[in-house]
Amino acid sequence: MADTPIPLEVRNIKKRFGDTEVLKGLSLEAHKGDVITLIGASGSGKSTFLRCMNLLEQPDEGELIVHGEEVRFKQTRHGREPADWKQVVRMRAKLSMVFQSFNLWAHMTLLENVIEAPVHVLGKPKKEAVEEAHALLERVGLSARADAYPAQMSGGQQQRGAIARALAMDPEVMLFDEPTSALDPELVGDVLKVMRDLAAEGRTMIVVTHEMAFARDVSSQVIYLHQGLVEEAGPPAEVLGNPRSERLRQFLAPKH
Amino acid sequence: MIDLHGYGPRLLEGALITIELALLSLVLAIVLGLLTASAKMSRSWLAHRIGTLYTTIIRGVPDLVLMMLLFFGGQIGVNMITDWLYYQFDVDIFININEFVAGVVTIGLIFGAYMGETFRGAFLAVDSGQIEAGRAYGMGPWLVFRRVRFPQMMRHALPGISNNWMVLLKTTALVSVIGLSDMVRVASEASKATREPFTFMMIVAIIYLLIASVSEWTFARLQKRYNIGYGEAE
Repeated sequence: MADTPIPLEVRNIKKRFGDTEVLKGLSLEAHKGDVITLIGASGSGKSTFLRCMNLLEQPDEGELIVHGEEVRFKQTRHGREPADWKQVVRMRAKLSMVFQSFNLWAHMTLLENVIEAPVHVLGKPKKEAVEEAHALLERVGLSARADAYPAQMSGGQQQRGAIARALAMDPEVMLFDEPTSALDPELVGDVLKVMRDLAAEGRTMIVVTHEMAFARDVSSQVIYLHQGLVEEAGPPAEVLGNPRSERLRQFLAPKH
Repeated sequence: MIDLHGYGPRLLEGALITIELALLSLVLAIVLGLLTASAKMSRSWLAHRIGTLYTTIIRGVPDLVLMMLLFFGGQIGVNMITDWLYYQFDVDIFININEFVAGVVTIGLIFGAYMGETFRGAFLAVDSGQIEAGRAYGMGPWLVFRRVRFPQMMRHALPGISNNWMVLLKTTALVSVIGLSDMVRVASEASKATREPFTFMMIVAIIYLLIASVSEWTFARLQKRYNIGYGEAE
């Protein structure tokens, strides 16, 4: 294949909740192997932006192109909605999301969580999915916990399990929504290590995070959002090492 | 030993009718309950209004009145339709509303409204992150319902379903007024004929208690099954 489509392209995304415009026109291009980190204060719109990428939030304006396929929208009484939900289901299967609060399905074991979407969404044979799941759990260091339920696992284990669930879809792009924010400090390291490994092996990732060390060391591009707009964007050395705006400088300053 | 004066087999038949009636009504009530809950949670104004109207009417009118309205009123309605068919198209049919069907429909309708409230509460109790995870992994609405929403909702709904079922079971006693030979009707006939009401009512009470005990046991097992993964350590 000479010309592989870009895994994810979003153009001019706008979103309002009631009278508040939270995203004022955001664009982003994730090429294969890119690790893009979105940083910004709470309320800057970074999580909403990420959630617009797989349509957990419906953007009011803007385009979304997943692996070369543009998502079609239509206007309804309730606002703009995707014209074809089948298309949305198809594109979501290419974008795996890792949530802040893990959201592993509570009534399934870890193994069942990992094989759920491959079997029921992608239609993979169960035996194959189980084999792959074991390999993935091994990778995230959870082989021994395959039969545990989420409630029996620590937050760090749950989040690594959620990453295994995301990997099982063999996604084009992985979306991380503050994956370490709900974890106890001593558990953050394990999760970040798994994410660093993924970045190193060339996974395309978009990460909303407060972990500046991760953003600095791992990402290919850092985007600093402020009130729904891109304030600064570029390679981490530039954006984090030499911030141009006073606001970003204050944001990056040690808090204590 | 207790002398049943030959009413034993009929009592047993009556008990079977009670059980069949209760189980079929339960199925209907669950289906109606799920529909009502969806209607009430729907974005559609019309669906919401219909759901609310249904539960308001059912909860506001006594069960016995509803049953007689549906049975006698239903017969009148059916007769009007068949008459009209006869005069318009010369089609001559006669439909007699079957007591058993009328009983199932009425009890199903009544408890569908209560189940609707039970299910609605239970659906709202499911953590939205669980549903979002389903959507985010490419599940369509039906798959999310079947694999995530329903199994997680059941944990919250079962105590309510169990409660409704117990009341439903006892409500079947009302069908004797529309002439269905459930065990209460058999027992009251037997009481009059033999002048031994205590014997027959005691037997009926014991049978109800038996069914209730089996139900409790079944629901306890179901609850255990749907509680899997929540809280308790292995």
